[in-house]
This record gives sequence, structure tokens and C-alpha cells, in this order.
Amino acid sequence: MQEYILLFISIVLVNNFILAKFLGLCPFIGVSKQRKAAIGMGGAVIFVMTMASVVSWVVYRYLLAPTDSNLFYMMMGQGKVPADFDFTFLTTVVFILVIATLVQLVEMFLMKVVPPLYDALGIYLPLITTNCAVMGVALLNIKDFGMLQNAGVSLVKTALQGFGGGVGFMLVIFLMSGIRERLDQIEVPDALKGAPIAFICAGLMALAFMGFAGLGQ
Amino acid sequence: MLRELTKGLFRENPVLVLMLGLCPFLAVSVSLQNAVGMGFAATFVLICSNTIISIFGRFFPSKIRIPCFIVVIATFVSIVEMVISAWLPELNKSLGIFIPLIVVNCIILGRAEAFASRNKVIPSIFDGLGMGLGFSIALIMISFIREVLGSGQIWGITITSYFSNEGLIKPAAVMVMAPGAFVVIGLIMGFQNWRKARKLAQPIS
Repeated sequence: MQEYILLFISIVLVNNFILAKFLGLCPFIGVSKQRKAAIGMGGAVIFVMTMASVVSWVVYRYLLAPTDSNLFYMMMGQGKVPADFDFTFLTTVVFILVIATLVQLVEMFLMKVVPPLYDALGIYLPLITTNCAVMGVALLNIKDFGMLQNAGVSLVKTALQGFGGGVGFMLVIFLMSGIRERLDQIEVPDALKGAPIAFICAGLMALAFMGFAGLGQ
Repeated sequence: MLRELTKGLFRENPVLVLMLGLCPFLAVSVSLQNAVGMGFAATFVLICSNTIISIFGRFFPSKIRIPCFIVVIATFVSIVEMVISAWLPELNKSLGIFIPLIVVNCIILGRAEAFASRNKVIPSIFDGLGMGLGFSIALIMISFIREVLGSGQIWGITITSYFSNEGLIKPAAVMVMAPGAFVVIGLIMGFQNWRKARKLAQPIS
């Protein structure tokens, strides 16, 4: 249990997706002007990142990776070795399609089934397809936990990394939106108005977040 | 024709002016080698995807054109990925997941949608080349600043022994870490705004 808590803390605070890994910067700068929008975007990212982590893990483990549990190997693997069914070279293409489809499905599902949630997150969902945090977490999961022997542990860690990455994203984008609402009211040199000062603030935030190093793994 | 090429370099520089493709931009700008590798990879993908999409783009049904573009881009990214991991394992290691992440680089999808799908082949190639070079130049600029200040090196070679980890003055390691990247890009953008404002303020003689 402690291992999972440590993993979660390290993903949210120490290896924060925005401030330490530089993933998801476009929405971070684009949607952090108001607190309300930041919360909406953050919620949508948590949702999609968790789903995408799990789905991409299933696809990788059971369709692409050359293991005993590869479905193609199980179906037509008589007299062959798992290495004959190594489709990992398709990872990039498959993942981006899976994520794009998933975002569309989530959008349609929410629109039909949970309209209030759709109203809150709706406009942010299409933006998420090209959010590199989602694709990034899928790829990182494969790199970090994809080849763990125990499928259960691997899946839990993957889901945790997706969820934690989303929570870290929401935390930072929310803090940033608070800072930027203040920035609107103070005098900033003309040249630095808008995005430049936002980047410099993000730099200071990253510096502060470096203080968390040593908390997690 | 030349205008398609030069607009990407400065006036519509994808990173510094349009603010697209920021993630790889900040993440790999730790050293010049990384910057050049990433620049080449992104430019190659841009030119190829622009070419293919300007030829076949009109046959894609308009409702699913974005997924079609993404598949085209992902194909070329896979090619780059395989080439780099086969011949440049060291670069592969230092760029890490940012090579497959070229797929979601907004510059490439943006050019496919905004330019290549509406123009002929030759202008699209030049557009891709210009945008790729603009991305590379900006990337090389920021990596140069970060590498010199952060590790006292250019292309992995120490400039002087005074300004190194063993010398009198130690380089500011924070520049090669995350905070340095954010501050440097903020200041570069600010500098660009300042120059633009000064140009506009000058009286026309």
C-alpha cells in the first residue's frame, strides 16, 4: 500500500507532468486565464488520462506486446514463439488512434448519459486529443510498468499514474489560473504582458515544486 | 514561393509567435545535440506529411479528415522513431518519449489542416520546410542559451575551465532543469515583443 501512496505523491508533486516533465503545456498556457476554465480543463484531463492509461495498457499488453498473453499469439500461435507477434513498432500509430477514438466516445457518452458533466467539461474534451499529456502518460506507462510480470500490479500502477498525472495537471493549472487572475491587475512591463510573464511565473512555480524532490521515489 | 519558406522562420515562427509545439520545445532544449536532432526529426515529419496531405488531402472525407491526417503523421513519426533508435541510440535515449510525441505536436497537425490540405504540393513542401526550420532555429537558440549558462558547454564541449563544475565559477544548474526552461522562454518571448513594439513606435520617415 505504501508503495502506491508514494507513487501517487511522486507523480502529483515531484514528477509533476507540467512542471517537471513538460507535458500538456499548450492547454496549461491557453486555458489558465480563469479559475473556472482551469477547473473544467483539469477535470476533463483527469478523466481522459485515467481512461487512456487503462485502455492503452490493455491494447499494448494483449495486442501489441510479444508476450504469452498476446491475443494473436493465443489464437494462431501454434508452433510459433511470442516474438513472432511483436507489434510494438505500431505503438505510436495505435495509441494516437485509440486516444482520439476514446475522447470521441467519452464525449458522446457524457452528452447522452451525464448532461451536467458534459456541460462542464464539453468544450475542453475535443482539445484533449492533441494534449501531449494524454499520449505522454500512455507512453510513459508502457516504459515504466508495461513489462511488469504481474498483470494486476502493472494495471493498478498504470491507472494510478494516469490519475495522479491528471491530478497534478489540475493542481498546477488551478494554481496558475489564480496567479494569472492576480497578474491581470498589477503592472507588468508591456513586453512581458500575457504569455511571457505566465512562463516566468511557471518557472518560479517549477522552482518551488523542486522543493518536493525527495518526498516520493 | 520564397515567402512560404521565410514566413515560418520569423514572422510566423511556430513556437515564438504562434506558441505551438511548446512541450518538446521546452523538454529537449537542454543541449544543442538534442535540439538539432529534434529539429531534424520534426522538419522531416513536417515536410513528408505536408507532401502527402497536399496530394491526397482532397480525397479524405471532410468529417474524418483529422484522424486521417493523424495517421499520415503517425506513420512518418514511426519511421523517424525506427531510424533514430537504430542509428542514433544515444539521441534516442536523451529525447526519450518526445520522439513518439511528435505525433501530437500541434505544429504538424496545424500545418496539415491550415495549409497543406488547401494548397498544391510545391508550396506545401516549402511551407513544411520553413516551419520546420523556424522550429529548429528557435529550438537551437534556446538550447544554446540553456547549455551555455546551465552546463558551461557548447555541443558537449566545455568552453573554458574557469566556467565549469570544477572551475572557479560554477554554471547555474537550474538552467538545464525545468525552471530555467520556463524563465528563458518567457524572456525570449518578452524580448521579441519588446523589439516588435520598438519597431512599431519608430516614426515613419
